[in-house]
Amino acid sequence: MKKKMLSLVLAGAMTAAMLTGCGSDAGTETSDAGTETSDAGAETSEAATEDTTEESADTAEAAQSSGGTFKIGGIGPLTGGAAVYGIAAMNGSQIAVDEINAAGGINGMTVELNFQDDELDAEKSINAYNALKDWGAQVLDGCVTSACSIAVSAKTAEDQMFQLTPSGSAVECVANDNAFRICFSDPNQGAASAQYIGENGLASKVAVIYDSSDVYSSGIYEKFAAEAANQSFEIVSAGAFTADNKTDFSVQLQQAKDAGAELVFLPIYYTEASLILTQAADMGFDVTFFGCDGLDGILNVENFDTSLAEGVMLLTPFAADATDDLTVKFVTTYNEKYGETPNQFAADGYDVIYTIKAAAEKAGITADMSTEEICAALSQAMTEISVDGLTGEGITWDASGEPTKAPKAVVIKDGVYTAM
Amino acid sequence: MKKLSKTTKNNLITYGMVILAYIIVQLLVSTGHVSSLVQGLLVPFCTYVIVAVALNLTVGILGELSLGHAGFMCVGAFSSAVFSLAFKEALPSGLRFFLALLIGAAAAALIGFLVGIPVLRLKGDYLAIVTLAFGEIIKNIINALYLGVDSNGLHFTMKDALSLNMEEDGMVLIKGAQGVTGTPNDSNFTIGVILILVTLFIVLNFINSRTGRAVMSIRDNRIAAESVGINVTKYKLIAFTVSASLAGVAGVLYAHNLSTLNALPKNFGYNMSIMILVFVVLGGIGNIRGSIIAAVLLTLLPEVLRGLSDYRMLIYSIVLIAMMIFNWSPNAIFFRKRLGQRFVGSKRAKKEA
Repeated sequence: MKKKMLSLVLAGAMTAAMLTGCGSDAGTETSDAGTETSDAGAETSEAATEDTTEESADTAEAAQSSGGTFKIGGIGPLTGGAAVYGIAAMNGSQIAVDEINAAGGINGMTVELNFQDDELDAEKSINAYNALKDWGAQVLDGCVTSACSIAVSAKTAEDQMFQLTPSGSAVECVANDNAFRICFSDPNQGAASAQYIGENGLASKVAVIYDSSDVYSSGIYEKFAAEAANQSFEIVSAGAFTADNKTDFSVQLQQAKDAGAELVFLPIYYTEASLILTQAADMGFDVTFFGCDGLDGILNVENFDTSLAEGVMLLTPFAADATDDLTVKFVTTYNEKYGETPNQFAADGYDVIYTIKAAAEKAGITADMSTEEICAALSQAMTEISVDGLTGEGITWDASGEPTKAPKAVVIKDGVYTAM
Repeated sequence: MKKLSKTTKNNLITYGMVILAYIIVQLLVSTGHVSSLVQGLLVPFCTYVIVAVALNLTVGILGELSLGHAGFMCVGAFSSAVFSLAFKEALPSGLRFFLALLIGAAAAALIGFLVGIPVLRLKGDYLAIVTLAFGEIIKNIINALYLGVDSNGLHFTMKDALSLNMEEDGMVLIKGAQGVTGTPNDSNFTIGVILILVTLFIVLNFINSRTGRAVMSIRDNRIAAESVGINVTKYKLIAFTVSASLAGVAGVLYAHNLSTLNALPKNFGYNMSIMILVFVVLGGIGNIRGSIIAAVLLTLLPEVLRGLSDYRMLIYSIVLIAMMIFNWSPNAIFFRKRLGQRFVGSKRAKKEA
């Protein structure tokens, strides 16, 4: 009896859940029909299917005498260990969307952003993408991380949805014709770092500490090591760590010290880098540290003595203290809204929206175009535009999806990033 | 007509439930009533149902707590993904996926067997801890593994992609932490459901077989089982290996649903092992049908809650705790019983009146 009851209850719960899952679009459709006449502005955005999007677009047009809504879906990790990056990209994108809407939108269309959590898991990323499809997304701003971006790009290629990733840096992220990116690719960063160190004669003996379980980190390291062979310095030690084991770096540091390294290359994210700097200072290992864009944000780490970061060099497309108008405006707005200094991911997120805007204006996108049409038009327009963004001036793209922009090297001096 | 035995009837209900669910979903999909979100979840449902049923064999029937099933899933996923990638052009997709399934299941069974030899000498908590360690070891080895193929054959290293020393025409199959990229998307819902039915067929028949009864006798009283001449190590190993190989099948399904495969703590770490254990415990230890329902429910729940944005995971965990209390707390069981009696009682009263 007990068992029967239990299975009954569970089965009931399951069907209920299934119904809510399946019924969600039907539900919003009807509610949509209800709200259509009353408030056509923001509320109609709940449309779940292609047709209703068009309908709501029509009513929005009538109400605002504009070109309807343009729906941008975003995907990134908003919970868990990598949440910093996803949230930053989301906030950056949101600021750009607000600015664009205040200035009259894209081709008269109101822009709407829906950012979904993927928990840094490729499988969840696909779920997030499907949820966005149900919502009626027309282009995709994502994913923030490489592995998720690769997984989702297989689906966007199938559906022909235009995808622009802010920070998916692995080579495969833009393998499909419909995918483009804002950031540098990992190989690019690795090679550029090696060239920078070699050409500027920063050191002759270089040690590397990298995260072998991370796509970003090992991707940069491989190209760095390959390019180092052509440069005037040699790699004297390469210490790897993994995501499960990233609090104690004394072994890797000791290895670098014993090998007589003059410079330590850190192609890793800033959380681990801050620990490395602290532990290096504790063991009296005084060398130059050089990193990539992942080190950006190191000055904001809680309980981290920023004086230790003095003299750290990094290759990054974005520096929060740059004095150009665009950066100053972005940093002020971000600070007001979210109470912190934006990092590079936020800047990437911001640039994604403006790049979509530039491409959409070039291609003359309107809200009643289908996702496939938008994708074809935007992919074409991407190769023709040049964008002045936070992460570079005059960024251009070729058909492969790779951006062309100059890396900026900055050094931390007196607690701020200073251009070199 | 011959009367069916109670277990046969019970098993038929389980098969029927799966087939019915399949038919309903297919009908809904063909009439366009299913959102893309749920459609995208159909294959993950199958994956987790299979692995939950597989773990239930270890936890419920063998009576040992395994926290390493994500590791076996990982082995199945990677071995099959490498195979499919290497023969992407050479074989038609149906045959390739079938072979990939066999390879994934065999690889996971082999690892399960090897892990089982030392692990099954332990009992209770110690066994759980050691399986947890083996699961992590598998994940970390795969994260450090580089495998490539070129005209000279297979290349393999634990250092980095450069030390593979491949010819120009070479292809890197496993790129360390970057995993396998470009696996063909061969899984679909129909294949998933067929695999669930095969899994159920294997597990349910195993339980009701001579071997299954021997395994259960070991679970209930090891000394008594030994005294009647049951080879404890052998039967334990059989159950554990079958369970591992079925987890490998789930891994194959997982790998062929995504075009990228990484061994992250999130998908193949102990978090996943514990998640699978949660499916089993919530569904009822030893209750195969319960595992199926719990796996589907708990995979669906966080996705249905997407509308709550930031509070999603919070609500999800609260629901988990509430369900756990409802299912297992003695007070809740008593309350349910009383509620059930009142319900049945009132019905009976109505009937009489």
